[in-house]
Amino acid sequence: MTKTLWKGNEALAEAALRAGAEAYFGYPITPQTELLEYMARRMPELGLAFLQAESEVGAINMVYGAACAGVRAMTSSSSPGVSLMQEGLSYIAGSEVPAVIVDIMRGGPGLGNIQPSQGDYFQMVKSAGHGDFHAIVLAPATIQEGVDLMYESFELAFRYRTLVTLLADGSLGQMMEPVEMPPFKSWPAQRPSWALTGAKDRDPRIISSLHLGAEHLEALNLHLQEKLGGIARQETRYETLYAEDADYLLVAFGTVGRIGRSVVRQARAAGLKAGLFRPISLWPFPEAALDALADQVKGVLVVEMNAGQMLEDVQRIVRNRVPVQFYGRMGGSIPLPDEILPALQGLQPTPRQQNGRRPRQVPA
Amino acid sequence: MAIAPAPPHLAPPLASASAPAPTLQVIYERPEAMTEASTHYCPGCTHGIIHRLVAEVVDEMGVRERTISVAPVGCAVLAYQYFNVDGCEAAHGRAPAMATGLKRVLPDHIIFTYQGDGDLASIGGNEILHACARGEKITVIFVNNAVYGMTGGQMAPTTLPGMVTTSSPYGRDVLTQGGPIHITEMLAMMPGVAYAVRRSMHSPAEIRKTKKAIRKAFEAQQRGLGLGLVEVLSSCPTNWRMTATESLDFIRDSMIPVYPLGDFKVHSELVG
Repeated sequence: MTKTLWKGNEALAEAALRAGAEAYFGYPITPQTELLEYMARRMPELGLAFLQAESEVGAINMVYGAACAGVRAMTSSSSPGVSLMQEGLSYIAGSEVPAVIVDIMRGGPGLGNIQPSQGDYFQMVKSAGHGDFHAIVLAPATIQEGVDLMYESFELAFRYRTLVTLLADGSLGQMMEPVEMPPFKSWPAQRPSWALTGAKDRDPRIISSLHLGAEHLEALNLHLQEKLGGIARQETRYETLYAEDADYLLVAFGTVGRIGRSVVRQARAAGLKAGLFRPISLWPFPEAALDALADQVKGVLVVEMNAGQMLEDVQRIVRNRVPVQFYGRMGGSIPLPDEILPALQGLQPTPRQQNGRRPRQVPA
Repeated sequence: MAIAPAPPHLAPPLASASAPAPTLQVIYERPEAMTEASTHYCPGCTHGIIHRLVAEVVDEMGVRERTISVAPVGCAVLAYQYFNVDGCEAAHGRAPAMATGLKRVLPDHIIFTYQGDGDLASIGGNEILHACARGEKITVIFVNNAVYGMTGGQMAPTTLPGMVTTSSPYGRDVLTQGGPIHITEMLAMMPGVAYAVRRSMHSPAEIRKTKKAIRKAFEAQQRGLGLGLVEVLSSCPTNWRMTATESLDFIRDSMIPVYPLGDFKVHSELVG
């Protein structure tokens, strides 16, 4: 297969179509708008449903409606837009219809800016809406990985009747890289047994997140938790680099995880036995793998483009066995290797004079 | 009103050993598009009758097997239990967006929303506005009883000036709380609307007119003309603190002067 040069947002759009997306509803917001624009051009060519909604609120509820028909429906947005979608995400989760969401994160809070950020970890991983649920959250580090994850997203969404989120920052959406684009996936024409197709020769089907009786709603929640538990056992993904004998572990996801590859190579060249742990699935978080590494390493450095959000999961899993330090940049600044490397080296017991920013000591 | 003689099939059988057994003829029955569930609506509320009108129209048009209902949040939140069609339950005010998603992927199906005034005219104002502007081929049944019924009778955008509700206990003061929204007149201005009318449920004659309007709103969809909207003035005896008959009089005497019945937009192919 040949590689072609793709812009991140457009590559994700084409990958979604090759994965079998049939309906897209979206609203313009930087830095994801090229995804919507690509769909606007491409979906009519393919005879698929594209609609620019009146708002992100409208878009996610259109996705909800189309998903109720058993159709592979998706949307894309960026942080403030995803905030608006949270109502719909909760209804979709409560109704157990499959849907795919792309969040190309930008700086916050509020209107923030249009620079890359990882400030939506809490929003997507911990609390994508009211009530008890999780979306599967996948965080690519390269455009190729984004394409590959997107290619699987509808299968995951339909297998578990759940939300699947691709969480990337604005730099991944805006950069260009060579990509090997997968072929168009074939899907059965038959709609799922729960889909609204019209009550012809059968009883009506109802899709609702309303369960008025306490025992009914608790039963639904127990069912959801059991389903999520199964996802947590089956669907964790992560990458390691030089982790097998590492003394010091860098933990980072997405763009920072990619930068982390360079950092641990530089650290090894400088004589520090450093390794990288890069969660690809942020929910379910690859807990067992990190838990095992925490028994082996002497210190952990978490680096994020936020104030320390994934950090809380890492601390929870490491359980004070070794020091966990944090280095973060916010507001659209991307942490560079020459900032991360000193922080990583600073994990060693003998403090060294460091240039630039010092890692933040995280209270135990 | 003169009492008509009983039709032959209801006349008592003749006391004759040779007479055939009386033939029973069904003159009134549950529409196929309604389930056997008892509704949860309060005594004197007209929601149940409006449900029946929608179901009768769905049956008469022969579209039950390809109709999908979108229920609102509000008193009609459980409407999907009463319509014998596939259905779903939208977030508050989002029914037109959900119906848009359904219709865009099922263009040959009949999609209708059933929304109250808090749902459609307040929190869902943007969704209905843009569904109308785009001319979504859906049917919207908009039930206006001038209050939030489900939550216990709070002020709605449609509450009448001076009307006492639990959240306007001194009467709606239009200077500080705004005045009634005439949403159907507003939406009739949207380019994609094929049919926008207001009807009432306060008398049998008006109920029959409401049914005719609902039929046209479904025909607008079936013929691909655009969005069809019927606003139905409905009673809320519980939250209006009235008897059932007082509440019907209130529609006639107090609501209609503020919300005049009429046709605000009728596509040329739907005239007559």
